[in-house]
Amino acid sequence: MLLTLLAVVTVAIIRQRSLFGVVILTSVYSFLMASVLIVLDAVDVAMTEASVGAGISTVLLLASLHLIKTTEMRQVRANLLPLFVSIGTGAVLVWGTMVFPPFGTADSVIHKHVAPRYLSDSIKDTGVPNVVTSVLADYRGFDTLGETTVIFTAGIGVMLLLRRSRRRPADDDAETPQ
Amino acid sequence: MNYDLILRVGTKLILPFILLFALYVQFHGDYGPGGGFQAGVIAAGMVILLTVTCGLDLAQRIAPQGLVQRMVPLGVLIYAGTGVMGLLLGKNFLDYSVLAHESAHGHELGIFLVEAGVLITVSGTMIALFYAFVERGR
Repeated sequence: MLLTLLAVVTVAIIRQRSLFGVVILTSVYSFLMASVLIVLDAVDVAMTEASVGAGISTVLLLASLHLIKTTEMRQVRANLLPLFVSIGTGAVLVWGTMVFPPFGTADSVIHKHVAPRYLSDSIKDTGVPNVVTSVLADYRGFDTLGETTVIFTAGIGVMLLLRRSRRRPADDDAETPQ
Repeated sequence: MNYDLILRVGTKLILPFILLFALYVQFHGDYGPGGGFQAGVIAAGMVILLTVTCGLDLAQRIAPQGLVQRMVPLGVLIYAGTGVMGLLLGKNFLDYSVLAHESAHGHELGIFLVEAGVLITVSGTMIALFYAFVERGR
């Protein structure tokens, strides 16, 4: 049911010409995705998807729509190459999932490597009952440091791009499309 | 500019609860779903809601732009600083066991500090980005 809704929203996003509608529909898509993640018992990821995907990114996209034109340009000529590339990539990815173990198998490789240690030793090692938090902030702390640095770098970059130059305000106003 | 009265009053009513929920998500992240990332986004959402309904000036009185922009590197520094503490006290980078007398307590403290760093960077970045968009659009 949820996956059907996801497919419907995707088709609607492709057919939509108004960028405002596209932004709202991607927000709907994120909320549906968050529901899918809750069904899969991944509450932490669902929370991130709902707050970041459906919340903040929608707001930031709407804010950027405020600065640009809000209708999509009509395509001048049909491009067949991108269509073939995306169909090819999709086919290869589906082919790759053929070798995966069936969904929910308890003895697949990924559940036998470090996951049992995390599950059994988390409280003893870190005193934190939520294993997701202890993996993110402690066992895999280096990855989360990288993630935080990515947010830092991206934020700084966008702020530098959007900042109006203080030295030449007259030039800058002329360049800004309204 | 005139902002809608109902939206303004409604925002003021709901604002403390959004902040409380952000803090709950942050500090309850050890026991339930949540953590610095989600809490940072919720806290940023509070300031964004205030900007949309009551205007940029009021929002910047509560969360001044200079403070918000300083929060962006500050969080990364807190995170990396927690890691360097482990190095200085004779263990590996990001090894929290040296932060307290007992290893598990050190890890708990380390996770707390690291999550605080993530919260500060994420909320600072989101609010500063939104301010940048609003000022550019003026």
